[in-house]
Amino acid sequence: MIRLARITKSFGKSEVLHGIDLKIRPGEIFTLIGPSGSGKSTLLRILDLLDAPSDGTYHFDGTDTQDPAADPLILRRRMAMVFQKPAVLNTSVEENVAFGLKFRGVDPKVIHERVSAALDQVGLLHLAARRATSLSGGEMQRVAIARALVTGPEILFLDEPTANLDPVSSDTIESVILKVNRESKTTIVLATHDMAQGQRLADRIGVMMDGRLVQVGTGRDIFSRPTTPTIARFVGIDTILSGTVTRNEGGHAFIAVCGLTIEAITPLSSGTRVKIYLRPEEVSLSLPGGNDPVRSSVRNHLPGRITGMVPFGPFERISVNCGCTITVLLTRLSCEDLHLSSGTEVIAEIKASAIHVTADVP
Amino acid sequence: MSTIVSGISEAINLIVTLNPDVLQIAALSIYISLSATILAACISIPVGGLIHFHDFRGKKIVITLIQTLYSIPTVVVGLLLYLLLSRSGPLGFFGLLFTPEGMILGQTVLIIPIMMGLVISALGGVDRSIRDTLVSLGATEFQGVIQIVREARYAILSAVILGFGRAISEVGVAMMIGGNIATETRVLTTAIALQTGMGLFSFSIALGIILLAIALVVVVCLNLVTSGAFEKFERIIVGTPKE
Repeated sequence: MIRLARITKSFGKSEVLHGIDLKIRPGEIFTLIGPSGSGKSTLLRILDLLDAPSDGTYHFDGTDTQDPAADPLILRRRMAMVFQKPAVLNTSVEENVAFGLKFRGVDPKVIHERVSAALDQVGLLHLAARRATSLSGGEMQRVAIARALVTGPEILFLDEPTANLDPVSSDTIESVILKVNRESKTTIVLATHDMAQGQRLADRIGVMMDGRLVQVGTGRDIFSRPTTPTIARFVGIDTILSGTVTRNEGGHAFIAVCGLTIEAITPLSSGTRVKIYLRPEEVSLSLPGGNDPVRSSVRNHLPGRITGMVPFGPFERISVNCGCTITVLLTRLSCEDLHLSSGTEVIAEIKASAIHVTADVP
Repeated sequence: MSTIVSGISEAINLIVTLNPDVLQIAALSIYISLSATILAACISIPVGGLIHFHDFRGKKIVITLIQTLYSIPTVVVGLLLYLLLSRSGPLGFFGLLFTPEGMILGQTVLIIPIMMGLVISALGGVDRSIRDTLVSLGATEFQGVIQIVREARYAILSAVILGFGRAISEVGVAMMIGGNIATETRVLTTAIALQTGMGLFSFSIALGIILLAIALVVVVCLNLVTSGAFEKFERIIVGTPKE
């Protein structure tokens, strides 16, 4: 559907996108995640043909978009975009949603039917006659989504579509996005800094950092097997440790890390310097002397002491010093059951298969 | 003080009894200034749009120049046009000097800068994201321009009203190009100047009241009409389905 090769974008002397290569397949939901200012919006603007890349090639459905013979208007009318900051025109909600169809010269009767259906889809049919500028931010965003969907685009670009919305409206929008993708086979490219949303919706995820697409893969790839410490930190892995493989028995490795030996699954051979990544949810805690048969498959039992506990939504984020600091995420109920507090002696338990290991490239 | 009081009461009398001289002068004023406003709007809105929607070298200089001309003295416009339109001037053969048409031309020239400058500001006031949204929704360049003009309609309307206000209240062009000829080129402002000079205050006060009343009526009418007219215009241009 989309093929980008070595796309760069500069504003004046500063280059904000550096050599992006990306293929987006027809019918997939692809999310771009990355911190603010990483270039997600700039890339989406290029994809929607609002801005031209400074260098590189962009093929849309086989057509080179920079080919002088390719009419950008015809290509653009096969796409739709929802911007981060929803812009509505100073007229009724219904008319706002109708613009795309009017521009395409659709019959007014058909326009009315399709606009009503689109407004119904985002739950705004009752506000059709209202002046769009009097709506709340969340309602405006839903108008923008209805306006994008009403033209039946082959590909839909969404730039932080739920950034301004309350959780209930976000859910509505997410289900609309999924429905459109499943029923109309619309390809969707969605930029978000909400990683959980990225993971919930995406078939594949691309991570953007400092204008580079640093990793592309499934949710599982990105969240459990990040390729660099920077990506790992961004996707919520706080514990990143350096060590050396001391022994490897058919993929079952023993790694020396700050005075401890940690067992993990990796093909990296003995003597290799490595980074190991521990997701905080993958670590559990038990009290010394306890004997939990359920945990028998757990290979790593690291004794330590709690040095800090910070509430994190319904969880507690616990720092445990086992020679090096490991972050653990436990439900508040589990913490109460174990009577955990700062200073408690605990054993951090980690399955070998839950540890992600990469070679430490200096 | 008694002069003012008796002047006002006589002025009201002149208005209520529909004094033919007063009516003739008021009608001519409206005809000239409204014509100039329409003419100036027909030039300022498209040209202002062209300047706003296109990037070219010296764009900022052009806008600064237009803004400088906001405060051009009416007598300077009068002088320039007098030199152009007088029988020995380059445009003398049109015979426009001391005619209502010449005054319309003069007032048009006078109010174009302020109208055009404010149209450019009005269009610039439409958020960049609106433009992006329209392009993204598949608007052609023309469809996009129409929508942006429509989005700026209230600010553009203010520009037009302000232009009319400057036209109907100016004396310099009316005096120098019109010549203040009774029943032919005598308008409200030149009549007030003349009558006051002759000590006929009541007539002046009556004309002054009419001048303000006209301004009020025009502002109210333009406010009512133009907002609806824009919608109709947009339906004709954008809403017609292609076969």
